[in-house]
Amino acid sequence: MSNLLSLITFIPLVAAVILALLARGDGEASQRNVKYLALAATGFTFLASLMLLSGFEPNDTGFQFVEERSWLLGMQYKMGVDGISLLFVLLTTFTMPLVVAASWNVTHRLKEYMIAFLVLESLMIGVFCALDLVLFYMFFEACLIPMFLIIGIWGGKERIYASFKFFLYTFLGSVLMLVAMVAMFADAGTTDMVVLLSHNFGSDTLTVAGFHIIGGAQTLMWLAFFASFAVKMPMWPVHTWLPDAHVQAPTAGSVVLAAILLKMGGYGFLRFSLPMFPVASDLLAPLVFWMSAIAIVYTSLVALAQQDMKKLIAYSSVAHMGYVTMGIFAANQQGIDGAIFQMLSHGFISGALFLCVGVIYDRMHTRDIDAYGGLVNRMPSYALIFMFFTMANVGLPGTSGFVGEFLTLMGIFQVNTWVALFAASGVILSAAYALWLYRRVVLGDLIKESLKSITDMAPREKIIFAPLVAMTLILGVYPALILDIIGPSVAALVETYHSNVAAHGIVSLAASTASH
Amino acid sequence: MIASDFTTVLPEVLLSLYAMLALVVFVYTGKDRHAALSIWLTSGAFFLLALVLAMGTPTGAASFGGMFVDDSFARFCKIVILLSAALVLVMGQDYAAKHDMLKFEYPLLVALSVVGMMVMVSAGSLLTLYMGLELQSLALYVIAAFRRDSAKSTEAGLKYFVLGALSSGLLLYGTSLVYGFAGTVDFSGIMAATSDGNLSIGLLLGLVFVIAGMGFKVSAAPFHMWAPDVYEGAPTPVTAFFATAPKMAAMGLFARVVHDAFGGVTADWQQVVAVLSVFSMFLGAVAAIGQKDIKRLMAYSSIAHMGFALMGLAAGTLFGVQAMLIYMAIYISMNIGMFALILSMERDGRPVSDIASLSMLSKVQPLRALCVVLIMFSMAGVPPMVGFFGKFYVLRAAYEADMAWLAIAGVVASVIGAYYYIRIVYFLYFGGDSEPLDTQTPRRLTVILVASTAVITAGAAFSLFGIEPLAQVAAESLAN
Repeated sequence: MSNLLSLITFIPLVAAVILALLARGDGEASQRNVKYLALAATGFTFLASLMLLSGFEPNDTGFQFVEERSWLLGMQYKMGVDGISLLFVLLTTFTMPLVVAASWNVTHRLKEYMIAFLVLESLMIGVFCALDLVLFYMFFEACLIPMFLIIGIWGGKERIYASFKFFLYTFLGSVLMLVAMVAMFADAGTTDMVVLLSHNFGSDTLTVAGFHIIGGAQTLMWLAFFASFAVKMPMWPVHTWLPDAHVQAPTAGSVVLAAILLKMGGYGFLRFSLPMFPVASDLLAPLVFWMSAIAIVYTSLVALAQQDMKKLIAYSSVAHMGYVTMGIFAANQQGIDGAIFQMLSHGFISGALFLCVGVIYDRMHTRDIDAYGGLVNRMPSYALIFMFFTMANVGLPGTSGFVGEFLTLMGIFQVNTWVALFAASGVILSAAYALWLYRRVVLGDLIKESLKSITDMAPREKIIFAPLVAMTLILGVYPALILDIIGPSVAALVETYHSNVAAHGIVSLAASTASH
Repeated sequence: MIASDFTTVLPEVLLSLYAMLALVVFVYTGKDRHAALSIWLTSGAFFLLALVLAMGTPTGAASFGGMFVDDSFARFCKIVILLSAALVLVMGQDYAAKHDMLKFEYPLLVALSVVGMMVMVSAGSLLTLYMGLELQSLALYVIAAFRRDSAKSTEAGLKYFVLGALSSGLLLYGTSLVYGFAGTVDFSGIMAATSDGNLSIGLLLGLVFVIAGMGFKVSAAPFHMWAPDVYEGAPTPVTAFFATAPKMAAMGLFARVVHDAFGGVTADWQQVVAVLSVFSMFLGAVAAIGQKDIKRLMAYSSIAHMGFALMGLAAGTLFGVQAMLIYMAIYISMNIGMFALILSMERDGRPVSDIASLSMLSKVQPLRALCVVLIMFSMAGVPPMVGFFGKFYVLRAAYEADMAWLAIAGVVASVIGAYYYIRIVYFLYFGGDSEPLDTQTPRRLTVILVASTAVITAGAAFSLFGIEPLAQVAAESLAN
């Protein structure tokens, strides 16, 4: 199958169009049809993406399943995956059927709801598959439209503020990236990412408006991309949109946001910043390290003070993404392996945690931690599942959360011990806020009158959690499943990165100026 | 010689003959009873003419001693002008019939202004330019004040007339300076006079005055003051017309003057155009935020869009012209869709234009709401809608002309502007409740709205319907 990637990318979109054109009425039967069609489409996409996995050759570090068609202005429609992007595609297709299943009780404008999620899935897959700069930007940016509508239409009380903040924040970051892309296009004469990956962008010191820019064009482009990815990631201090968006988004929206949309930032760093601007990455890595360290410590502390469960998990996401950025810019095998692993595992864990919140929110319609307590008495299976994911979030060995944190810490320790020290303290803090949350919500006596009649999880809810529990455990005890796939591509990335830094980097620059 | 000269201007001659003949015929037959016929005839004529222009190849000849040029650039602009004018006329018919505006003169005045526009984009000398501009403007002044009994409409007409006259004065003064210092008003003559790359101070002054005059016509800041009032006051079909064809004509004219006449001294006008562009983008973005009236909002939005189109021109390259042409074509297709919505906004049979009245339109009319959402995101420049490609082209043109600062300013302005576009989305999908709009909308408006949305949404998949090479040929036919 030569166009498997296009197929995977556009199945959900086609399903969305079918829904838009054919689904009629608001009756129960029609709502059921809509749900089943959405589930079928996402499920089928997942199956198709498994074919991708089986046909993938891990030791080939180039792009596979490549498709190419010419397009406007010398740009092309080009898709392909390598070891770095493949698993993100799978993460997306894996998460979406669960998201649809978790939305089974939505009745408010159900058809539009499913259309929005299906369109979003297409766009997210496209982001990870695109091998053309502008095509990537199109998918990346277009994700804002369905997500804006999801938060705005199906969100909570403050949804309007949250949706506007989400849109404008991320839009501002992305347009700067667009300017950098235009610059890259002008410099390299192509938007083909495969060519751009081996193109050397200028790194001679420039003077712009009186400022000496060390690393020249690379630094400027790196900063523009950073503006976009750091917001998306999100990194401290541009993370403030995330808690708002998470809290206001419906459960499914939060899951998608945490599990997939945040990963686009990390993927972007790996696909663009590191390989295309190695000199600038090398130069600015300390900045990223310290921003990550601050993110880990500061947002963990902020998480401790939260009253809203979703907000707490949102801040914990920011902290966990701190490990990712730190690992990526450590630029060694462990660091990057760990960063990718952490992103995937965080996709399962934080997705599951938001689903956990959703379970009790559906029953009590509040996310206030103080409104709960002693749930273990009436919801034993919920208590078990919530405990499992709390532990995974803390990074208990045996869960996937541990592997990612450990590898990134090991990666950064080889580069900068001080940052590693601060980052490691985040492990303790994360245990503090996660366990405390668990104690306040689940443990203790059931004294609240309103909770006396709460029911345990229904079979449907348990089924949704089953695959997430399985993945978290399997990856926790056998991480090689992932590392074998990403390893060779990461090794190639690390090697070219270091040879590029050695050839064009600041050290060699200094040497050449000294010899003059 | 004369015969071939007239062949070149045949489309313009035929259209003006049609307008004058129809005027006489309708006066003597039935006056306003034939108004609908007059609309259909005129827009049919536009369409036919566009077709003829598209089929034929440009002669490339400069007739009447170089005063009138028929090249690919002129053809591209003319086709866009004619098609958009034809569509806008048809769109406005129901509105005109309902609100006592169905007069047979209206389409004929539009036809005359279109003749003016066609002359503008074909101008080969400053005098032809002025002739075309005045013919266009006079017709526009009249239709702005077309509802004589409405105070707002007459105010719009008067304001437009006074400020338009001022801008014509500036332009004419600039022309006289250019004539004085270059010794000619022919574009080729001016080109020759500045071929050494030096611009005498008098010519520079003339150039600045001419640019200021044209800035009025494209409603670029700081010459934009008339636009919001005129957009708001004029009857909606007229506003729809103002927002489309005349903008294309004015931008075409702008490109022609700076490239055909002053192409040798790019550096001298580049900065001026860049400043106009930055002002327009930011003013359009910021001033639109507080607007409550959708027509005023569209005025500011068009000011911002003109800023982006000017960014293409400011690049001073042929690629910049190409980018500008693509941008304008995209801008017009978005605006046609948007005005198809605005024309149908009515409550209890009376036209309304406050933005809040769109609240929760998605509940009553999901299809139309979806279309508007897509148009809004396109205007904000969010991919995959074509609005993004328009921005991409002009950004690239600006960057390649070493104007990265302009590109960065542009994207920042576009983020500010995105706020008011998504504010409309907010009203449509999650706004508060308001009295519902009438759901009876003329079928043709819905069709045009859906068609325009389809074009701007699917454009990316169909390589922008092949407009890129056309615009390239058009841009390359400019001297430079």
